Amino acid sequence: MDKKNNWKAWLYLLPAIVILLIFTVWPIINTVRISFLNDYGTLSSVGGKKFSFGIDNYKNVVEYSGFINCLSNTLLLCVLTVPISTMLALIIAVALNSIKFIRRTMQTIFFLPYVTNSIAIGMVFMAMFSMIGLKVDGEPMSIGIINSVIEAFGGTRINWVNAGSSKVANMTVLIIYIVWNALPFKILVLLGGLQSVNKQYYEAAKVDGTSRFRTFWRITVPMLSPMIAYVVITGFIGGFKEYSSIVGIFGENMGPVGDAGSLNTMVGFIYDNINTDRQGRASAAALILFLIIFAVTMVNMYVSKKKVHY
Amino acid sequence: MADNMNDINENEVTPEEVSTEVKNVSGDTVNAAKVMKKKDIGEVTKRQTAMKVAVQVGLYIFLGIMAIIVLFPFYWMIISSLKTLDEYNASVPTLWPEEFRWANYSDAFAAGGLNLGRLFLNTCIVGIVSTILSLIITVLAAFAFARLEFKGKNALFAALLATMMIPGELFTITNYVTVSEFGWKNTYTVLIVPFLVSVFYIYLLRQNFLQIPNELYLAAKVDGTSDLKYLWKVMIPLAAPTLVSITILKMMGSWNSYIWPRLVARDTAHTLITVGLRQFDFSVPGRPDMINYPAQMAAVVLITIPLLIVFLCFRKYIMKGVSKSGIKG
Repeated sequence: MDKKNNWKAWLYLLPAIVILLIFTVWPIINTVRISFLNDYGTLSSVGGKKFSFGIDNYKNVVEYSGFINCLSNTLLLCVLTVPISTMLALIIAVALNSIKFIRRTMQTIFFLPYVTNSIAIGMVFMAMFSMIGLKVDGEPMSIGIINSVIEAFGGTRINWVNAGSSKVANMTVLIIYIVWNALPFKILVLLGGLQSVNKQYYEAAKVDGTSRFRTFWRITVPMLSPMIAYVVITGFIGGFKEYSSIVGIFGENMGPVGDAGSLNTMVGFIYDNINTDRQGRASAAALILFLIIFAVTMVNMYVSKKKVHY
Repeated sequence: MADNMNDINENEVTPEEVSTEVKNVSGDTVNAAKVMKKKDIGEVTKRQTAMKVAVQVGLYIFLGIMAIIVLFPFYWMIISSLKTLDEYNASVPTLWPEEFRWANYSDAFAAGGLNLGRLFLNTCIVGIVSTILSLIITVLAAFAFARLEFKGKNALFAALLATMMIPGELFTITNYVTVSEFGWKNTYTVLIVPFLVSVFYIYLLRQNFLQIPNELYLAAKVDGTSDLKYLWKVMIPLAAPTLVSITILKMMGSWNSYIWPRLVARDTAHTLITVGLRQFDFSVPGRPDMINYPAQMAAVVLITIPLLIVFLCFRKYIMKGVSKSGIKG
């Protein structure tokens, strides 16, 4: 092409390139750099302090007492929420695909959790699960709507989120909330996939008298495998970055009252370090997180290449 | 397989036809067997129809229950926002407010010294300005990638796509340092500029631009139309649905952004709505351990409803944009 076009194209790209250079490309380089500057902090850097080169930040991250807790919370949430939400989304998508009447309305309803603010709706979940006026001994003023429902069905109330609640209870609430939040996207993608599956496969299965269960495992799942792989991979990537749903429910303390930080995650850990002027340590943690996400994504892709139908 | 299909289609014969055939059998065993088979298949189809109805009923029950679970938090948020504090705290929760207390909404505006109206204004300013600027930058970049030829185009585009794999947290640390050095903390600029360019939006729009036949562009060139005029008169109108998707997703992103604004803009003049919501003190006056849930839920409703309205109006565009992205907000 002519040279005139060449500079013109760069002119069109100029605003995007400038912003990307400053806020995307430079951060990648710089984050790697400061992760290897021992105890790097912006404030002390501005103050003229010089930092030696080394791997102290990585050491400090791994040796920090709260790190294992953050990592295990993150992993646990990933490993539990991704399969649950994918299975549930698959079942709902198949069900939606098999009905005609009020299907669009149903589709809209199942998409609603997507268009919400995860902090705001987290507060609603907190309200639903929490007890009001809880004392060490004696009856609380109100046990909350979820516990009321549980008692109505003959169960016993559980201290889900209030002071003194167990970690298992906290995690259960988080998982329910994260799954609720993750369903819409997965249903949307899987339903889109289902609608493009050739109907002839189902006709053939019907004629051969194949059971619904078998049809599901032998036709639906293999035909949908690329979409399933897609939602699992994006689900894991999102799961490793879990943060705002916990802030939504438990607040910035990242835990129930009296147990701050017990539910902290990797991303939470990174922000704690930014806020306390330990950018070097935050960078090291971010790079560790990136490597974990990268490794898991590679494994996911490898598995899906073997399992995905085409 | 084809034979099988024919058999099933034959089921649709009416009883009269079957009986006429019975009369015609007259000892022919082969024919008799055929009739028997037809009757059996009739039974099977009846059973199949019953089964089909049962499955459909089951599906609706399942979907109905799931829909209730999905909708319940919204329902609870709205009715709670209208209850009196005493009713909300009563030992038996009510499923419909006994008395509507609209004052919860004015309480929400007054809670904790932060001005909810100001937060809405801040969020709208940031949302609108960043959406407009982002659209301009995205259109220009997507046009260059889709229509213009220049050295290193494909390499550059591939490099841009590669940055999409890196988690945002990695950028945040250095960006925090950068904006501090620029002196941008607690300004609108810091909330708008760093996120103006989304590689995903450029990618989305480029794909859309590529679908527009190149002949149109060449014809315009022959007519002496300038690139910008062509972009404005032909490409933008043709790509309007994608631009609407981008606009809505970007606005929603501003409305929901939490992590970055909390980090860099914490003064009242620039606090965004989601950050403010988490900072509000909703405790009952004189009882710091007790939360005034009705007022809190009123604030949550005020933040959630605009999003739901936008969604119901632009359902198609949002779902289309989202199904391609895999990223929330």
